[in-house]
Amino acid sequence: MEYISLFVKSIFVDNMIFAYFLGMCSYLAVSKNVKTASGLGIAVMFVLLVTVPINYLLNKYVLGPNALIEGVDLSFLSVIIFIAVIAAIVQIVEMVVERYAPSLYSALGIFLPLIAVNCAILGGALFMQQKEFANVGESAVYALGSGLGWFLAIVALAAIREKLSYSNVPPALKGLGITFITVGLMGMAFMAFMGISL
Amino acid sequence: MKLKETILDPIFKSNPITVLVLGICSSLAVTVTMKGALVMALSVMVVTGISSLILSTLRNTIPGRVRIIVQLVVVALMVILVDQILKSFEATYPIDKQLSVYISLIITNCIVMGRIEAFALGNKPIPSLLDGLANGAGYGMILLIVAFFRELLGSGTLFGIQVLPAGYVTNNLVILPPFALILLGCIVWVQRSIQKDLQEK
Repeated sequence: MEYISLFVKSIFVDNMIFAYFLGMCSYLAVSKNVKTASGLGIAVMFVLLVTVPINYLLNKYVLGPNALIEGVDLSFLSVIIFIAVIAAIVQIVEMVVERYAPSLYSALGIFLPLIAVNCAILGGALFMQQKEFANVGESAVYALGSGLGWFLAIVALAAIREKLSYSNVPPALKGLGITFITVGLMGMAFMAFMGISL
Repeated sequence: MKLKETILDPIFKSNPITVLVLGICSSLAVTVTMKGALVMALSVMVVTGISSLILSTLRNTIPGRVRIIVQLVVVALMVILVDQILKSFEATYPIDKQLSVYISLIITNCIVMGRIEAFALGNKPIPSLLDGLANGAGYGMILLIVAFFRELLGSGTLFGIQVLPAGYVTNNLVILPPFALILLGCIVWVQRSIQKDLQEK
């Protein structure tokens, strides 16, 4: 029961995009059509699901106070360790996608390696550290939920932008400007979930 | 490239946020108050400037294949330094917990990596330092504009000092994060009305 509420909470209430604005750069840049957007969404979800539990274990058994050596607190190294783990996993994902889904690989282009510097991934690790989960299962559920939330958000925006390309927008607002405003309005709709405690 | 253009371009003509669409991730959550925006802007300026300087000095000795890891390590080092410095002043100048997560997230701020890749690796150290600082300043300027409206309308204060008359009813919508995006959309709108060559077809 606890897991289900954590899962739902991390999808809707703590949505990476609409509650924390993480992963915005690739979110805005790769949301021009639904197919590419869902490919990136799945990649982000997978990387989150793999890296957050690994980082959780590292944080608990290597970096925490008195974890490795008595009396030594390595937590100031956490950010650099997290980013190294993420960079390694992204490298592996890139090789797998290149081998098994070449069309997706070319569609994602530069944004596949850039998942390494996608704030949502490092943000997931840092929030995991801040939330102090009791065990590795909770951190995995949290990672899956936030990944799914990111996926849903990017697919929704891509669908709206596909429709938006037929409408008559003031020239100065076309493209980036109207996308910002759309995301803002979507965020307001997501506000409905705010403050719900499960 | 001339030094003057290196400094002035990132502030308006090729602003990292409104033109290059870099570094939006962290910029929206820290603009509720002017103080948070200022701390964030200065931190990004320092990190971008100094890591550009270091990597530009090292540019001829780094092998291309391990480039990204070296860049991430240098940037992470700078961010940890900034974070530790801010923590040491926490007793006298407290900053909220929310902001500290975003300070760590400067590592993944696209502005830092973007400027290193696009400028520092192909230019001499001093122009790279200036380019980094100027991009940080361009980012900071947008942050301060957004924060100005959000703090003024949302709490009636600026830098924590009451500006609007005491009877002002605070607008809670402005404090919520989505409003920052709408404000940013309006800034893009204004800029592209002035600079017509940026408009998309």
